[in-house]
Order: sequence, then structure tokens, then C-alpha cells
Amino acid sequence: MTRRVTSDTAFQGVLVFAGVGGLALLGGIAWVVGTMSEDAFRHVGFWRFLVGTTWDPVAGEFGAWPALLGTLLTSALALVLALPLGFAVAVFLNEVAPARLASPLSALVDLLAAVPSVIYGLWGLFVLAPAVRDHVQPALQAVLPDLPFFRGPPLGVGVLCAGVLLAVMVLPVVTSVAREVLRALPDSFREAALALGATRFEVVRRVLFPAARSGLLGAGVLGLGRALGETMAVTMVIGNRHDVPDSLFAPGYTLAAVIANEFSEAFSPLYLSALAGLAAVLMGTTLILNAGARLLVLHARGRWS
Amino acid sequence: MKHHAVILIGLLWGASGCRGGPPAGSGPSGPVTLTGAGATFQYPLQSKWAAEYAARDPGVRLNYQSIGSGGGIRQVLANTVHFGATDGPMTDEQLAEAGAPILHVPVTLGAVAVAVNLPEVSGSLRLPAGTLADIFLGRVTRWNDPALAAANPGVGLPDKAITVVHRSDGSGTTYIFVDFLAKVSPEWKRKVGVATSVAWPVGLGAKGNEGVTGLVKQTPGAIGYVELTYALQNDLPVAAVENPSGEPVSPSIESVTAAAAAAAADLPDDLRVSITNAPGAGAYPLSGFSWVVVRRDLPDCETAVPLARYLWWAVHEGQAFSAPLHYAPLPPAVVSRCEAKLRSITCDGKPVLP
Repeated sequence: MTRRVTSDTAFQGVLVFAGVGGLALLGGIAWVVGTMSEDAFRHVGFWRFLVGTTWDPVAGEFGAWPALLGTLLTSALALVLALPLGFAVAVFLNEVAPARLASPLSALVDLLAAVPSVIYGLWGLFVLAPAVRDHVQPALQAVLPDLPFFRGPPLGVGVLCAGVLLAVMVLPVVTSVAREVLRALPDSFREAALALGATRFEVVRRVLFPAARSGLLGAGVLGLGRALGETMAVTMVIGNRHDVPDSLFAPGYTLAAVIANEFSEAFSPLYLSALAGLAAVLMGTTLILNAGARLLVLHARGRWS
Repeated sequence: MKHHAVILIGLLWGASGCRGGPPAGSGPSGPVTLTGAGATFQYPLQSKWAAEYAARDPGVRLNYQSIGSGGGIRQVLANTVHFGATDGPMTDEQLAEAGAPILHVPVTLGAVAVAVNLPEVSGSLRLPAGTLADIFLGRVTRWNDPALAAANPGVGLPDKAITVVHRSDGSGTTYIFVDFLAKVSPEWKRKVGVATSVAWPVGLGAKGNEGVTGLVKQTPGAIGYVELTYALQNDLPVAAVENPSGEPVSPSIESVTAAAAAAAADLPDDLRVSITNAPGAGAYPLSGFSWVVVRRDLPDCETAVPLARYLWWAVHEGQAFSAPLHYAPLPPAVVSRCEAKLRSITCDGKPVLP
């Protein structure tokens, strides 16, 4: 009896430690990033740091806006491309494909998530970027010549290429989560809709997607998290330029990529602090976007039930 | 994660090894570990030296961490390594921060090659210094620009846009390159300046020498700069850059050594010197020293003596290993200046070398 109580107490202790430990870790990271970036925020001013567009380590001028915008732009582009595709793959695997095909296919999709990001980066630089430069960009310019976000010389590397590469990297995450969510829906839903004479498309659109809305949003949130923080692959194809991109073809930068590129050789304390400032901005952005997405999920869940 | 833990343990072990060594005179007790950190540029040479030196003196083990020049300087300032290595000399502020004298010992020579992707042009492109700066300032934007055409008579330069590629990570290679641009272009000096990373007026950034190489190789009409060793190993088409006498010089071990020999005549006392745009026949203008930085007055003779001996060996016998790895050996005039520097190292107030 006592032994059972002791082991229970110990188990509880471990769990509390794990829970508090996670929080403490986050707090510790926030504290370090905060203290390191304090110098830059004080020197430049928080708002000027956030919306400044000049990044000149020699002159000691630091503005995060181009990188922040690049982060948001590439992540948004990735989600716009990956969500419809990922949902379509999930529907195919779950609702259309025969079981004999579905399980090896989904294993392959999951395998995509296990490819290291530097491999994606190499593929992006040597395969995707030339393809984007030689085929995608001229085609977009030919079809939609007047749109401002398709102007400028086709260089291959740039915001568009980074967005497409991120979409490929986000796709497996979105697909597996969406597939699990759809699989969790009871078959009675499908059977009832089919019995009412719904086509397969109508079952998916009118019954399954509304029922799975919060879970599908969750898939998007996970994808967004991956896109925001991705570093190595993005830095290889985005062109690494501290400028506000004036088109999707222009080179840009992301917050994570700047830190990875410039941290090891930051030559002044202010420079180092400015890079920590970028980390703070990235953390803040992630928190705000995650909180917003969570609210959206809660909202969607409330509407259904 | 596991790797990080191993590295961390390794660092802690190395750090404790260098501090808590046995007191002087307690007799031999295993090899002394000398820890160095810094420039990635020196890494292949330093690891070759480490292997060769260990074969000559089993009592000394070398551990070189290639973490970048800036990191090497920081670690020397923080006293966490025995020596640092850097491609750009320490600034006056950094030397003041050290609180005690720090020596710069040139150990090898580096150079930056200008790589171009112009399949239309066979043979080496000739780049006037001012035009190179104008390209990186965004003033010259097409390959058939009159300034380029005038320097390359008879070469059919294509009417193609120039795509500038530069390093996105901070680098000693960048330092040498922009140091040269600032010397030949007042506008560059005023608008951009000199550092290991700068605000580039135009161009695409790529990470590392391999990133720049990849992007230049991929992009028709691209121009970029990479470490000479890298260009030689990868057979990149490189341009000949005009030196102060207007002579176009291709990067090679000989032309880099020529630049160092030309500069050796008036080296400053602390050996912190830029040899870009060096005068003299055959001198390649985008050359630079790579230094080891070390504190002059060391507390612990147990490590100071082997350290000074190792560095002495590196600037003498060690130079023989340079050429096969595409490094340029130090000219004799520079070696004798290094000797004087190494002789000034002390421990417990006494000179370390005889």
C-alpha cells in the first residue's frame, strides 16, 4: 500500500517537474533573448528597430522590417500553396485511394517530413531556383504582366522561390495532421451523407471539412510554425538581401536566416544585440500568430458544437 | 542534441585541461593540450599542422575550433583559448578591451578570387579596380559596359545584366574584398565601409564560399568573390584584377606571395596590416594576411612554452605544408618579423623562447 502511494507521489513529482520545466525553459529563453537585445532596443529605439529598413552593421544602424516582412511573406506564401494541396492529398489518401495504395503513399509523405532542411535547401538552390528562373517566372510575367508582385528580373532565388520551397517542406506536416483529423471522423457521417444522396465531393465539402474545421486549422498552425522558424533551406534560396522586396521575384531575408548568417561574425556588442533583437521579434511574431491561430481554432470548435 | 552535449563536454574538458594543469616542475603527466579557435580560413592548414606537429612532439596536442574570426577574437579576449586566429586584425577598441598586450602573428596568406559566370567569354576577364567597385556599387550593371569593354579589347562581352553575389554571413573573405574596394573607390569607403559584413548596395547574398560558388555557377551573368583556395579547388573561372600599376593579375600562390613581399618592406610594428592593393610587379591586389592572435604575457609556463614553440614551428617548417593546400607561404622578410614577435612572449615575466 505505502509503496503504491510513494510511487504515485513520485510520479506526480516527475509530471509537475516536467510541466514546470517546460515553462521555465521558455521563460529562460525569453529572459536571455530579452537581456541580450535590450542594448539594441535602447540604442535604436524599439519602434525604429521594428520598422526600420536599414541594416548597416558598419554604421551601427539596425532595422528589422525587411526581415520581418520577408518572414511573414514567405510563410504566408507557403501556407497559401501548401494548405489546399495538403488537404487534397489528405482527402485522397483517406477517402479516395484504396487501402493498398494509401498506406505506402502516406508513409512516403511522412518521409518528406524527415528530410533534413539543408537537403531541401540544396535541392532548392540547384533544382528549384533554376526551374523558377527559367520557367515559372517568365510564365507568370507573360500571363500577368501588369501585376506589381511579378516584376523585376527573373533571378530564380528570391521570395517566390523561398515560399515555394517552404510550401514543399510544410506539405507533409499539413498532410499528416489533416489525414489524422479526417480519419478520426466517424464513418456514420459519411454513410449518412451518402445515404442522403450526396456525391463524394459533397460529402467532403459539406460534411467532413466543416466537422474537421478546428483540426484542419490546427494543421495550418503547425505548418505555419515550421515555415516561420525554417532557417537553413530558406537562406539558401531567398537571396539574403536586407531590403523590403518590391516584388515576389526580388531577393529578401527572413529573421531566422539573418541570425544564422550573421551571428558567428557579429563584430560589435551592438551588432550582437541587434541580432538578439531579431530573435525577440521572431519570438514575438510566433507567439502572436500562434495565439491568434489558437483563438481561431477555439472559435471554429465553438461554432461546430 | 547528443552532438551538442558531446561538444559541450569536450569544451569543458579542454577548458579545464588548460587551466588546471599540473604546477610547473611537477614532472611530465600526459600531453599538454593547446586550444585555438577562430578563422575557418585557417582550419585546413591548422589541422594539417596539428597532425604534423603531434608527430614531432608527442607531448603536445592541438585542438583548433573553426568558429570564425570574430569568435576567435572573442575567445582570446575571454581567455578561454590559448590562441585565436583571424583574417581581419583586431580593432583598437578590441585591443583596449583586452587590458594586456596582444600579439598579431601572421601565419599564412589568403586571397580572394573574383569568380564570373560568362560562358561567352573564353579566357580570363580583365577587371579594372575602379570598375569592380562600380559593379558592386550597382553603377555598372551590364557586361558590355564601356568601362569593361575598354579593358577587354577584342573580347565579345555579351549584353547581359550583371548579377552581383556576395557573402551573407560575416567573413574574413568579405573583409579583404571590401577593404580593397574601399581603397580603390572613395565612394565605397564613404557609403559602405569596411567590415566582415556590410550593407551591400546591390546583389544576392549566399552563405559561405560554397553558397557563393553555387549561386555564381547557377546564374548566367553572375559575379562573386570566393576564397582563393576554394576557387582553385573548384576550377572556377576567375578574373584578373588590375593592381595599382594597372597590371592585370590573376590570383595564384605566387601572385599572393608577391603582394606580401611588396608589403613586407614597410610593415607596421604590430603587424596589423592590410596588403590589399599592394604595389609591385605581379602582386595580386586582393590578398591578405591571416593571423594568430595571442596574449604576450602568459600566466602559465606549462602551456606558454609549447604554444610559443608550436607557433615558431608553424611560421618556419609549417610553411612547407601551405602550397599543397593552396595557401601562400609567408615571404622570409615577414617570417623574421614573426620571430621577433614570438620572442617577446613571456610567462612569469620571463621570455619563453631562448
